[in-house]
This record gives sequence, structure tokens and C-alpha cells, in this order.
Amino acid sequence: MKKQEKKKMIYMDYAATTPVDKKVVKAMLPYFTEKYGNTSSIHTMGTIANTVVNRVREEIANYISCQINEVYFTSSATESNNWALKCVASANKDKGNKIIISSIEHDCVLNSAEWLSKNGFNVEHAPVDEFGSVKLDELEKMMTKDTILVSVMHSNNEIGTIQPIEEIGKICKKKGILFHTDASQSFGKMPINVQKLNIDLLTASSHKIYGPKGVGLLYIKNGVKIDTFIHGGGHERGKRSSTVNVPAIVGFGKALEICIKEMYDEKLRLTNLRDKIIKNVLKNIPDSHLNGHPTKRLPNNIDIRFDFIEGEALMMELDMNGIEVSTVSACSSPKLQASHVLLSCGVEEKYAQGTIRITLGRYTKESEVKYLLEVLPKAVQKLRKISPMNIHNSE
Amino acid sequence: MYTKKVLDYFKKPKNLGKIKNADGVGKVGNMACGDVMHLYIKVKEEKGKEIISDIKFQTFGCVAAIATSSAVTEMVKGKTFEEALKVGKGDIIDSLDGLPPIKIHCSVLATEALAEAIYDYLSKNNRPIPEFLEKQHEKTVKENEMLEERYEEWTENQQD
Repeated sequence: MKKQEKKKMIYMDYAATTPVDKKVVKAMLPYFTEKYGNTSSIHTMGTIANTVVNRVREEIANYISCQINEVYFTSSATESNNWALKCVASANKDKGNKIIISSIEHDCVLNSAEWLSKNGFNVEHAPVDEFGSVKLDELEKMMTKDTILVSVMHSNNEIGTIQPIEEIGKICKKKGILFHTDASQSFGKMPINVQKLNIDLLTASSHKIYGPKGVGLLYIKNGVKIDTFIHGGGHERGKRSSTVNVPAIVGFGKALEICIKEMYDEKLRLTNLRDKIIKNVLKNIPDSHLNGHPTKRLPNNIDIRFDFIEGEALMMELDMNGIEVSTVSACSSPKLQASHVLLSCGVEEKYAQGTIRITLGRYTKESEVKYLLEVLPKAVQKLRKISPMNIHNSE
Repeated sequence: MYTKKVLDYFKKPKNLGKIKNADGVGKVGNMACGDVMHLYIKVKEEKGKEIISDIKFQTFGCVAAIATSSAVTEMVKGKTFEEALKVGKGDIIDSLDGLPPIKIHCSVLATEALAEAIYDYLSKNNRPIPEFLEKQHEKTVKENEMLEERYEEWTENQQD
């Protein structure tokens, strides 16, 4: 059989996941074969493992300005979000039974909240404006005496909108309501100070910042009442059992270290590339629209919708041209529903179908952006030729 | 996720476009998925039987929607109505070497578009319509009402 030549692909889906940085892999390796101890063991090998895990804990605590003993490692952001919602709810049910989440949360928050609502809690969704920012006045009105938790993501995974977290934190503090934020998309990309922002619980993940998959964290402010989610041998100071994934945590730490070092320059570089793409596409492709906020958005997120075509088809057309992006069109979602994020922003269902998300990252080159801007208009044009909805096809 | 055949159809769709002065047009849409399919047929008599002599499609939808509509046009071109209406979703899926389970409805949509195009031809020419086709048509009309409400602005621009 003829050996097929492997096509070089351009990865522009960094919000889905990122490649692990080579320096991260190198830092992790000794913890598989040489320093493989269990953090619960008190012999030398166990102590080595315990020490390095606590060093990473300290690094994270320094980054988000919290105490070292407020950082708990988990297996993923999904686990952290499940833990935060379900176990804050159960531990505080004597205080009230209302939980408020934003209407544009990730599925793991939405579905945890839905599970809570089936189990006696009153869950309400705070609305967002056309840019996907939570409406502060409405959120405040929703906070009644029986509200125990508010959960609003730091930035949105689809449309990239950065939320007014500091203002939300202030209102929650004033009302004595616990505040959780899912910072999966923001962590490592911008400064986060949980004290300044009045955050009580924060979720983050390693694989979004060039670290390995399989490790995340939940910051829990000391004094916050929260039940245990994973019961067992009492790891993570009794709060989260399961043998500690030392190599992954070491990788998470190294990945964060690199992100912090490069944060300022990388933010500037990606913002420039992002704005170049947005400006070019909106100008050169007719009937295209930006989703999310024009400026209060993640430096690497471009979420654009095109009329008359469908997102999955556009994503695959780009894939065939060597560019990997993502879509949240109804057709590619397990429930065959349009993106709840776009619908919450007031985008009509028929317009919500043709959206693709382009997310840039550490290895995105200027030449790749140039190639994208060549290919994208042609791809849109090709699919519009197929579509009966395209008004230009009726002539 | 998709088979090579599906991707080939998507890459280079066969029988793409619109037939001006088509003898029958089938317009269907599955709003759950956001797919809209238009099928155009030309009919001519050959050896005393009517056959679909030409067929073209336009589709707003995902990869599977585009591939299934293109595949169905190939499968029924040159066929009699009776033969064409026997083409089921399973035949379309087989011809594509399979579809992901979540995309099965796209193949249903393709068969519905075909049935609608044939219905349109038969009713325009005051011809008897088989009962199953009449029932299928009623169902599709109901779905299309939903569709038109939601796509009003776009479809308004589609008047020939």
C-alpha cells in the first residue's frame, strides 16, 4: 500500500485542549519511574511526593492570592464544578435551598445544577446581555435570603466573554452568599486574585494551559462549608480522597509556571492576532457576525457566525484544508440543540447554527493566521453555494 | 466520525444546484437539527414509464445532511417513481458505509425530500397519489410550517 503523506494540520482549538509543553513533560517524567511515592506514605519516597505536591500547591496559592491549604487537587474541572455545586448545596441546606448560576455556564455546571434541582434545590439561571455578560442588576434581584450559592464562570468557553467577576463577588459578599467561579478558560491567561475578586470557590484545569489532562483544582476558601464529594482514604486533608496524581500535579505546576512567566507578552501577542482575524473576517466575509464582547473577551477567542450555512459543515471544510477549529452547532451537539450560550445572548436559533470557534495559543504563528484568512472566505463561499438559504443562490 | 464516502460526498457533492423549471420540488427541514433540504426533479417518459431524468439538490446543514442529499440524488437518478420511493434511509446509510447514530435523521430527511418532490410532480399533474405518499406529505407539511415560521426572512428571498 502506498504510504500516505501526513498533512500538516494547523491547530486552532486551544480552548478545547492544548498540547503539553515539552518542558512540562520533562518535569513530569521522574515522577513516574523514580519518585513514584504515594503522598500518604510517610517513608522517604512518600515524603518526596508529598513535598513536591505541596510546592505546586504553594505556587498556585501565590498565583491566585490564597492560602496554601485552600487549594485542593482534583481529576478535572468537571469534577471540581460537580464538587463545588453539589457539596456546597448539601452542606448549606440548613441556610437555604436556592442556587443561582449564569445561563451560559459549561455543561458540567448546568447539569450539576439540574441534578440539584431534581433533588429539592431551587436553581435559577441569571440572564446575560447580547455580549454574554451577566446582567448585574438582575442577578442582584435574584439573590434572595434563601440563596446559598452563586456560580458564574470567569470567562465563557464558547464566546470568550469575560464576566464582571469583581462586581459579582462584591454583591455576594454584601449579601453573605457563597460565590463560585469556573475559571477553566481564564486560569493562567490573566492575573486572578481571589481576595480582590471576593471568590469563595474557584475551578481550574491543567490541560487548558499546556499541562497534562487528568488534573484540575478547586480553591475552597477556609471557613466555607462544603461536604466531601469523593470519599475514601482521606487524601487532600480528608476533603478529596483518591491516590494523588503526583506526575500530573507536577506537570500542572510547571505549566502554570511557564504561563505566568509568559503571561504579559502572550496576552498582547494573542490579542493582536485575535483582533486581526476578527477585523478581517467581518470586513471581507458578508453576513458574518462576532459572538460575544468585542473587547471584554479572552485574548485567544474568536467566535463568529455566518448566515446561510451550518457550523459543523464549515468546521469540516476547514479541517479538509488543514485547519482545526470547533463548532457548537445543533447538528454536532448530542442533544441536537443550538448553543445555549448563543440563545441566551438573544441570537435567534436560525442564526445560531452557523458558528465556529477559533481559539489561538502558544504555538499559533502569524503565517498560520494568514493561511486561515485565505481559506476561510473560500470555505464559507463553497458552503453558501450548496445552501438553499443563501439569497444569492436564488438568482 | 464520518466514513470516507461521507466525506467524499461532502468534498465534491454530486448533482448540486437548482433545476430551473423543475417538474417537481421537495422542500423539507428538520428543525431539531437545523437542516433544510431542497430537491428538484425533472421527469421524462422512457419506454412508456416515467423516470427521474434529472435531479439536483441544495442543502443547508451539516456534513451528513449534505452527503445524504447528494447520495440520494445519485441513487434515484434514472429510476421510476416506484423504484425511487423504495429507497429507504437504510439504503442511503449503507451506500455511505454508515452514518454516526446521531446523524441518522439526516438520511430520513433525504428520503422525505425525495417523496415531497415526487408528490409535488404528481399533484401538479393531477395524478393519483398513493396513500402512503399522501400521509408522508401531510406529515412533512406540518413540519414545514414550523420551518417557515422560523426561516421566514430567508425563505422570503427564495421566491423564484
